[in-house]
Amino acid sequence: MHLLKGNSGADGLGFAASVSEQKAVEQTAPSMDHLDQLEAQSIYILREAFARLKKIALLWSLGKDSNVMIWLARKAFFGRVPFPALHVDTGKKFPEMYHFRDHYGKEWELDLRVEPCPPIDAVDPTLPPAARSAARKTEGLKMALAKYGFDGLIAGIRRDEEATRAKERVFSPRGLEGNWDVRDQPPEFWDHFNASPPQGAHLRIHPILHWTEADIWAYTKRENIPIIPLYLAKDGKRYRSLGDQDITNPVNSNASTIDEILAELEQTKVPERAGRALDHETEDAFERLRVAGYL
Amino acid sequence: MNMLVTPTSPATPNGTTRPQVRIVIVGHVDHGKSTLVGRLLHETGSLPDGKLEMLKAVSARRGMPFEWSFLLDALQTERDQGITIDTTQIRFRTNSRDIVLIDAPGHAEFLRNMITGASQADGAVLIIDALEGVRDQTRRHGYLLHLLGVKQVAVVVNKMDRVNFSADRFKEISDEISAHLNGLGVTPTAVIPISARDGDGVAERTDRIGWYKGPTVVEALDRLEPARPLEALALRLPVQAIYKFDDRRIVAGRIESGSLIAGDEIVIMPAGKIAKIKSVESWPVTPVTGRQGAGRSVGITLDRELFIERGDIIAHASTAPRETRRLRARIFWLHDKPLAKGDQLLVRCGPKESRATVVAIEKAVDPGELSSSENKAIGRNHVGEIDISLSNPIATDPYTENPRTGRLVIEVSGRIAGGGLVLSVDAGQRAVPVDIVPVESALRADERSARYRHNGAVVWLTGLPASGKSTLAKALERRLFTNGGSPILLDGDTLRAGLNSDLGFSAADRSENIRRLAEVATHLARNGHIAIVAAVSPAREDRATARRIADTAFREIHVATPAEVCEERDPKGHYKKARAGALASFTGIGDDYEAPQAAELVIDTSTRTVTEATDEIEQMLKSSGVLFDEVVDLAANI
Repeated sequence: MHLLKGNSGADGLGFAASVSEQKAVEQTAPSMDHLDQLEAQSIYILREAFARLKKIALLWSLGKDSNVMIWLARKAFFGRVPFPALHVDTGKKFPEMYHFRDHYGKEWELDLRVEPCPPIDAVDPTLPPAARSAARKTEGLKMALAKYGFDGLIAGIRRDEEATRAKERVFSPRGLEGNWDVRDQPPEFWDHFNASPPQGAHLRIHPILHWTEADIWAYTKRENIPIIPLYLAKDGKRYRSLGDQDITNPVNSNASTIDEILAELEQTKVPERAGRALDHETEDAFERLRVAGYL
Repeated sequence: MNMLVTPTSPATPNGTTRPQVRIVIVGHVDHGKSTLVGRLLHETGSLPDGKLEMLKAVSARRGMPFEWSFLLDALQTERDQGITIDTTQIRFRTNSRDIVLIDAPGHAEFLRNMITGASQADGAVLIIDALEGVRDQTRRHGYLLHLLGVKQVAVVVNKMDRVNFSADRFKEISDEISAHLNGLGVTPTAVIPISARDGDGVAERTDRIGWYKGPTVVEALDRLEPARPLEALALRLPVQAIYKFDDRRIVAGRIESGSLIAGDEIVIMPAGKIAKIKSVESWPVTPVTGRQGAGRSVGITLDRELFIERGDIIAHASTAPRETRRLRARIFWLHDKPLAKGDQLLVRCGPKESRATVVAIEKAVDPGELSSSENKAIGRNHVGEIDISLSNPIATDPYTENPRTGRLVIEVSGRIAGGGLVLSVDAGQRAVPVDIVPVESALRADERSARYRHNGAVVWLTGLPASGKSTLAKALERRLFTNGGSPILLDGDTLRAGLNSDLGFSAADRSENIRRLAEVATHLARNGHIAIVAAVSPAREDRATARRIADTAFREIHVATPAEVCEERDPKGHYKKARAGALASFTGIGDDYEAPQAAELVIDTSTRTVTEATDEIEQMLKSSGVLFDEVVDLAANI
């Protein structure tokens, strides 16, 4: 029996120390580049979510960001995502997106849950058309939450996407109605997260909050992560951001490779979500949506 | 001018040639943070096309003069109130740096947001209104930068246009703030006179501040150094989780400091168990062979199966962190209710958590006041030093030795309520007194095991009342004794009559009851006996403590007799009393029994005889190396 407790084994440790010191001299660790740092931070967040919450799911929108997120989850958990991937389906996505979902859902061995949204009539008619359409997705999300009882949803939003998203926490509490109280966010520092949602409420977890659009593309390229071809330019146009077919427009672009997209992002001052109709309807439409629980 | 209005250098994510620096702008409310940020964005050509025009149009529509700060006030609520309420992140470039700018609110109401922002920063800009001078929030933010570990601080004296660009006024403020910061051990990297509204001192040294010879704001930002991973320090790998998704048992976590490589001898704290790193696992390619440094999120496998749990710290044996139940910390407090002596808390040190009690409070002050008087409790947005006593031992470092692991956060009701730096561990109190010298036994372990034909062990029977623990314990005791062994029965109820007679049935007392059982049992096991413990021990955490104490000698047996059967048996009449309401805190009729998840053996006594169950235990003890196998042992003696 080797029963070793606390400090009592000090004399047994001398040999071990000299071995590790020798090793330290032999080799130094390779330094981490920007993408390495982002990746390590995201993996840390994903592992915290998995360790501290009871029942979580990853929101898979099929876009470039959530594909990176799935990739990071596979890295965090050594190959396989150990919780469901939830696709809240408006039924109005591009055919390429559905094809992508069905193909990679299988190839990546995801526990894929596709959940429908309610009909448009069930949604707040005072919202402008595109915002109303997006609010429908929020309702679908609420239905899925009620159905499965998740206490945490992992979402691929980024601070640089949109001003209100910049206000987000990594672990962001949602009220019982799924609403976001931007005025009463708990403090969050030193990678310590508030992981105790009140009974019946849930947390949004944002593992790529600190990434930028350019980071996403550079990482997608480095890791060779599959993408939906709609992101690459065809006939002078490409999509920078993918939503519902009827409320997403392509931007003018000749970037037909990821390298060309990165070069384009270097020069552009047009915001990423410029092609998303809902961001531009009124000054506060996006914030109203987020307060109500939109991503 | 230093700025790249149209960026031409390679993209950061690819190139990695340009260091990224995260900065925060802090200071008293209305001293001009948002204005400075708006101006910096404009000067560096970082605004999205049309944003400036859009905001100017919005201002006109609302009948308000345009302000630079509108650029940041993206939220409706902020525009309504005229204050920035949260951190936003904005990016721009100087000559040699990519700057991520975290705006933080100055309003005292939102200190938690300032802390959230500033905690992520490599450097800070502390802004002071030239007219108003140093105010309480200026001092408070200065203090918090020190507590948050932000060492690079540039001070800007804003609104110089309001004091006619007076060099004397500037010097007055510069002297005052420098003295305050120096007192905290923070040396400002620069003190810069500016007018954020007009642009003086931001990117250019204008004639109006011709008397100033130091750097502009942009130049000062350009000199900031990004945070460096703490690779030169001792290895600290706090364990986030143990994964068993396949046949690998992967210990996952992020290396906070130091580095590791397969083959390293490591120690797992606070238990002090020794192992060797077998492999560093990864995906899609695994295992990885190179050395892994600070900042990496890794997964490792070990050369032996040890009980490891979330919150343990993996270190190299010669440089292990200290294990403590007592520490002193300098903290800031954000909760509405002041922190007082005797308060119960939850303390988090990395992934490790422990319940804790505040034993003493000293130096509780409002860091915003010039000459604060000391208080007995630490009020909201105030700071102080506390001694805390932890219910579980944790492994930690003073922050002067390791800024990553030497810090903690405090939770109240599941919400982060404060945080701070570990000043010292043990705080000189209740450490093991030096005059206690444990006396080693005269006999060696192998002398005893040769006689008893078994190794020492702790056989821990857990299960509902009346599940059959005592019956099995007695049968096992008889069986082992008949075979020449040295079993000793430790029954939970029996020990409560003597050794533990001072303990009741509160959660804390139950924990202490289990801890004492485990300590006694482990002492017996170390001396070659088989300690058979029969105790309900409903709390998983308590049994985990017992396992940690007994270490590799621990064998957990879950007596998993169905609850209905137990209640029907009820030999002591406890279930009947509890149902009648006459027995408070009785485990069994609620759902307060936390079944083991990885017991060495699970036995349902409703489906087998006592003899069959005892056979199974004996078999488990044989196969797990406690009882010597007859044949092998004979062979060894030939």
